[in-house]
Amino acid sequence: MNVIGKAGVGLGALAFWLTLPPVATSAALVPLLLGGAACLCGAWVLAHGRRRPGAAALAAGLAGAGLGVLATHAGRGNLGDAVVWSALIAAMLVNATPLTYAAIGGLFSERSGVVNIGLEGMMLTGAFFGIWGSVETGSWALGLLIAIGFGGLAALAYAFFAIHLRTDQIIGGTAINFLALGVTGYLFVDIYGTAGTPSLHGSEQIPDVTISHGSGFLAQAFGQLNLLVWISFAVLALTYVVVFRTPLGLRIRSVGEHPRAADAVGISVYKTRYAAVVLSGMLSAMGGAYLSIGFVHSFNQNMTEGRGFIALAALIFGRWRPVGAFGAALLFGFSSALAQRLGTIPNWSSYAVLFQALPYVLTLIAVAGVVGRSIPPAAVGRPFAKQ
Amino acid sequence: MLEGEDAPTVAGRLALAQRAGGVAGPVLTAAFALLIGGLVVLATGANPLSTYRAIFDGSGLNWLFPWVSGSARSFAATNLQQTLLLTTALVLCGLAVSVGFRCGLFNIGGQGQYLVGSFVAIWIGSSFLRLNGPLHIVLAIVASTLAGAAYAGIAGLLKALTGAHEVISTIMLNWIAVWAGSWLVGQGGALQNGGSTPISNPVASSTHLHVFWGSPVLQGLDVGFFFALAGLVVYAVLLNRTTLGFELRAVGFNPEAARYAGMSVARTYVTTMAIAGAFAGLAGAIDVLGWEFQLGVTDIQTSEIGFIAIAVAVLGRNRALGVFFASLLFGALLTGTSTRNLDATVFRPDLASNLTLIIQGLVVLFVGADVLVLWLWNRRRRLRVAI
Repeated sequence: MNVIGKAGVGLGALAFWLTLPPVATSAALVPLLLGGAACLCGAWVLAHGRRRPGAAALAAGLAGAGLGVLATHAGRGNLGDAVVWSALIAAMLVNATPLTYAAIGGLFSERSGVVNIGLEGMMLTGAFFGIWGSVETGSWALGLLIAIGFGGLAALAYAFFAIHLRTDQIIGGTAINFLALGVTGYLFVDIYGTAGTPSLHGSEQIPDVTISHGSGFLAQAFGQLNLLVWISFAVLALTYVVVFRTPLGLRIRSVGEHPRAADAVGISVYKTRYAAVVLSGMLSAMGGAYLSIGFVHSFNQNMTEGRGFIALAALIFGRWRPVGAFGAALLFGFSSALAQRLGTIPNWSSYAVLFQALPYVLTLIAVAGVVGRSIPPAAVGRPFAKQ
Repeated sequence: MLEGEDAPTVAGRLALAQRAGGVAGPVLTAAFALLIGGLVVLATGANPLSTYRAIFDGSGLNWLFPWVSGSARSFAATNLQQTLLLTTALVLCGLAVSVGFRCGLFNIGGQGQYLVGSFVAIWIGSSFLRLNGPLHIVLAIVASTLAGAAYAGIAGLLKALTGAHEVISTIMLNWIAVWAGSWLVGQGGALQNGGSTPISNPVASSTHLHVFWGSPVLQGLDVGFFFALAGLVVYAVLLNRTTLGFELRAVGFNPEAARYAGMSVARTYVTTMAIAGAFAGLAGAIDVLGWEFQLGVTDIQTSEIGFIAIAVAVLGRNRALGVFFASLLFGALLTGTSTRNLDATVFRPDLASNLTLIIQGLVVLFVGADVLVLWLWNRRRRLRVAI
């Protein structure tokens, strides 16, 4: 049954893919037939009582057919310019990297039982102090460290209110977001004025790792990525090992699932939660610093523009798991990359902006449990009082 | 109440704080936040007292002083109209957040509900041009209110049916509204003005709300202000004098007990969210018909009314009067620090607008920390016993 469900998802994806370069069929019938077949698979699986694979296949079929038919109307030349797979993959990684850092940060915090909607503010803190530190010291490495330090500090303040004073965690996170927006904006205007941040010298930018200048597919996609993109892969692997394969990870998870029991066996709930929240601030700040000194090379007020919330969405969509969150970050990064590229096609530009909403729609569907429920850690959002 | 693993709900804790502190708590919080804001001003090298004085004058609140006369008085009146226009939207959105809190729901989605209301107002106001004025206005307001209710109802329905947390779903709905709106009024969008700028059609001039104080062309105060005042009365009566309000508060205090008493918790969640959305949707309609008249993509993406409303509800302790005064405070701060109204020789407006954000953040952080006060209080008592 699962196989048929997966085949349906595959058919749905194929329906869209065939209409894009290099194949780029212009017959609307092709995506319609394949999408229809995917829907049939989904309906059949659903009829046999398997909700999750059935609904997934149905959704993939509808999306594949819809997007495919749209693509056949776009005109071959335009699509060929916009959909260059290697460039899209590189752009996807660029867009996904800040999300990956913040989502992994959120993973530590939420796995330990502390909701963190302050990811956005902590990211913004990292973005500002990254560029400030980098300009002041003349070194991107020190700038990155300063960003991580201030991100950790913002998280520490939040942790004190959320863990020690047991304020409502959503209210505390909202406060952190306001404060980060105000403080970074204030400092930015006060220090750099109307001229904005100065242009960065070579040593003040996080360098790209040049593997290849070639024109092959892999060289175009992975040949020149920023150092922090590669580090994010390492952080991801490390996170997986720490959270699921070490005693430390077991502690973090136990504190998030059942703090009373964890406390009874001698684990310090407070210390573990403090460490996890501060770590989440540091990782979010890395994502923010990547934006300011790795990618855009400048800072602007509110430059994260809700990326912290997309990271939160990625974490939830990825079901509070490192690989899942990374996959979701890639998917959301891809939808932004696609939106940017499609924005250049005349008839598509108005619809391209809708791709920006895709992460939120998918996450809404995920929490609603239409395609497999996303279930948070049991004790998330509940303060702990030691007795 | 604060001991034990079952952490008190937001509503329960706010009720506790109300019993403990009355009006003193919020007033002290606001004063403390303003004090810290003053220190920030001092650190920048400006005089905090004259800065606050300039912000106060910029907000037009000096109109209330009888000794302000002549041209200063008419200038103050213009400023106060601006402040009250913002207060109108903040009151209604603040009620949208408050009504959720009273039911134990954290409605972060005021922003999305407000936006959806304003889109519908734009749509109705710029089409159906053969309707006569008053009918057209009523239709636009009713439709926007219902649209806001339906949009928030999605979050309520998801919570009731699948248990999806309303914080997550309303955050997602906020961003979906932002991008959907960017598509609607953006290049080639359904509501876009025919030209090449990403801005919507203007609403028909027959649908403009009557301006009863100040100039109709210079954003004088429109009758929407009375809708906000009426909203406060409706809110107070609804919560304190009706069965629905009783059920709503009962669910907020303790959903289990409410269920035991035979109330439908799920239905109450949906109704409460719908009421919340109705308030926010109404705010959107009133802003559009009262002074905005058309919306641009940047207006949609930078609008923050729904987020400031969280600070309003928290500071106003979810009481009608509290919401009014908190809205007036934030409305005055926002107007008083705007580039147009703040005397730039006293303090730079671009810095001051960030100061407003910092003060908002501090208010939210410290109001949430009512537990800090209780903790200190208990500690003092314990010490006294020890002595």
